[in-house]
Amino acid sequence: MTDATVQGGAPAPRGSIHSIDARTAKRNRAEKRFRTYGKIAIGIGLFFLVVLFASIIRSGAPAFTRTVVDVPFTLTQTQYEEAEGTLFKTKAYSDFFIAALDNQLREQGVEAEFDADTIERLLGKVGSTIREYYRANENQLGEEVSFSLATSSRVDGYLTGRVTRESMTDSRFLMAADLDLVDRLVEGEIITSEFNWPFITGADSGVDNPGGAGIGASVVGSFFMMLVVLFLSLPIGVAASIYLEEFAVQNRFTDLIEVNISNLAAVPSIVFGILGLAVFIQFMHLPQSAPLVGGLVLTLMTLPTIIISTRASLKAVPPSIREAALGIGASKMQTVFHHVLPLAMPGILTGTIIGLAQALGETAPLLLIGMVGFVARGYPDGFLQGFVEPNSAMPAQIYTWAARADVAFYDKAWGGIIILLIFLMIMNIVAVVLRRRFERRW
Amino acid sequence: MMKDNIDTKVGVDAMETKFNCRDVQVYYADNHAIKDVNVDILDKTVTAFIGPSGCGKSTFLRSLNRMNDTIPICRVEGDILLDGEDINDAKVDPVQLRAKVGMVFQKPNPFPKSIYDNIAYGPRIHGLARNKAELDEIVEKSLRRGAIWDEVKDRLDAPGTGLSGGQQQRLCIARAVATEPEVLLMDEPCSALDPIATAQVEELIDELKANYSVVIVTHSMQQAARVSQKTAFFHLGNLVEYDDTNEIFTNPRDQRTESYITGRIG
Repeated sequence: MTDATVQGGAPAPRGSIHSIDARTAKRNRAEKRFRTYGKIAIGIGLFFLVVLFASIIRSGAPAFTRTVVDVPFTLTQTQYEEAEGTLFKTKAYSDFFIAALDNQLREQGVEAEFDADTIERLLGKVGSTIREYYRANENQLGEEVSFSLATSSRVDGYLTGRVTRESMTDSRFLMAADLDLVDRLVEGEIITSEFNWPFITGADSGVDNPGGAGIGASVVGSFFMMLVVLFLSLPIGVAASIYLEEFAVQNRFTDLIEVNISNLAAVPSIVFGILGLAVFIQFMHLPQSAPLVGGLVLTLMTLPTIIISTRASLKAVPPSIREAALGIGASKMQTVFHHVLPLAMPGILTGTIIGLAQALGETAPLLLIGMVGFVARGYPDGFLQGFVEPNSAMPAQIYTWAARADVAFYDKAWGGIIILLIFLMIMNIVAVVLRRRFERRW
Repeated sequence: MMKDNIDTKVGVDAMETKFNCRDVQVYYADNHAIKDVNVDILDKTVTAFIGPSGCGKSTFLRSLNRMNDTIPICRVEGDILLDGEDINDAKVDPVQLRAKVGMVFQKPNPFPKSIYDNIAYGPRIHGLARNKAELDEIVEKSLRRGAIWDEVKDRLDAPGTGLSGGQQQRLCIARAVATEPEVLLMDEPCSALDPIATAQVEELIDELKANYSVVIVTHSMQQAARVSQKTAFFHLGNLVEYDDTNEIFTNPRDQRTESYITGRIG
């Protein structure tokens, strides 16, 4: 074609459009290949996603069920006084319970031999549970009460197949002989499976008691951290971006700031953790393990993300809108706040929520400021205390569980990951919804 | 009596001068975009700036309400007097200036808000209305002046961006007049419009000149001939010729002007 034009002659005839020439065929093949590559790439991505979710759900599901032993139990006033009169009070309650359980089994027509030690290995310290209950509810004396007692995590494991008679060794936690009783209890339908609410609402337990561990308290810890992050990083980040993008003079100094914001976004999070440890805890003496400090550290980490995404969305607002506002005599600030910012809002919100989601899943900095380990003993006493009382956060709690020796905590870690992912998904859905809603006004 | 005679004779020349520009230079960094421009822009007159692309007519127009301030590398020198006051004086707040010298842009740029809010925005920020009733009145008056009232009066809550291109541009003109400016600058207001919409806008410009000084940048020489009373021809950053529109198109003094209007350069 070029030859023809250069020579000034008529273009060479192109041939019929009903037959595909070699060049077109080649281009079509290239396009087809590229489409195939794309499909393969998406397929691989989806495959890994499915594998990831399947394995998370498979490994995490056991954390959401627990096995309980349901025993109808009646304690008379006389028995209560008798038990309170003995030296080993919980022992007395335990004996009452064993009698009741024995009775129950006999009623179901099941024969079983067991002693108090077996019960303690299977159900924990039953006596003290019962005693605490009646001391708090004396009016229930003489009435029939049903205690749903959670079994130890090894019994859970035995019933779900994680622990087998072959794989287990006798220990102070579980003896092979105890499993006979478990089998009898199953036979008598005294052991049942139920949804593990305490896992979702409870606090972390000691290393000996994986069955009682819950993620609830660390969810609250994460929530307070996210509050701190949101209320600090959103206004600071957006104000900084607006100033840099709309008001600041472009010079070397602002270039330097820009480069450094990008640098900060790339700094490993553990560096922010050690900075937080040095500045917030050692220098400013803020309380250790507090969601306030965790939130401050995560704010530092999230700020660059928010600033970068906010600046990008401010840049994306067409300059014609700014000119329109300036042209009718709006001041710079009116232009920005009345016109530019509303249009940049979907991008800003998306960036903020993605930054928050990142912060929610961040573990490393929390390790350094002590938001790990056995600190999540319970819920904070009030809203304000929630910021300063020691707590853990979801990812840190998962990390702690995964690091514990007892394999039963492994289930809990996976279960915790499911909860964390649910929160992340909710946040991402909120981001998408907000984006849609604000974009409609464009 | 004598004075009246002169008025009739020299026509627009005797009208009040709105802008007085002396030795205006505009630079984009090292690029000298506008060179030694001297021009008097009259009140209640349509002045057209014509010239080939890149000749600086838009740049000069934008320096009349200091829109060039928004371009960091742009620098304006020389005197631009609006009613005898230097607009580049340190005492001048460009925001106040732009309320007095409104602008309509090449591409229709309504705010992504309702038609009502598009018009009401200017009066609101300048405090032109004391209550809702007054604001409603301003909106209606402006839309009527923009020759778009009949088309949109039933859907003032509809988004301005949903209008057609010609309607959007008239909406933008209505928005510009809503703030009661004294001068209206128009940067190729019809370049994105079809001939019908162009005709509507041109008709509108003709009506506007009763109250405003209108400066219009245009690529279409027919348009300049149709709507303007004065025409300025720019070439390579120089103001080559500035005269009555009739003069420019029938009897250009400069060779370059003649070449341009006859289509030999441009």
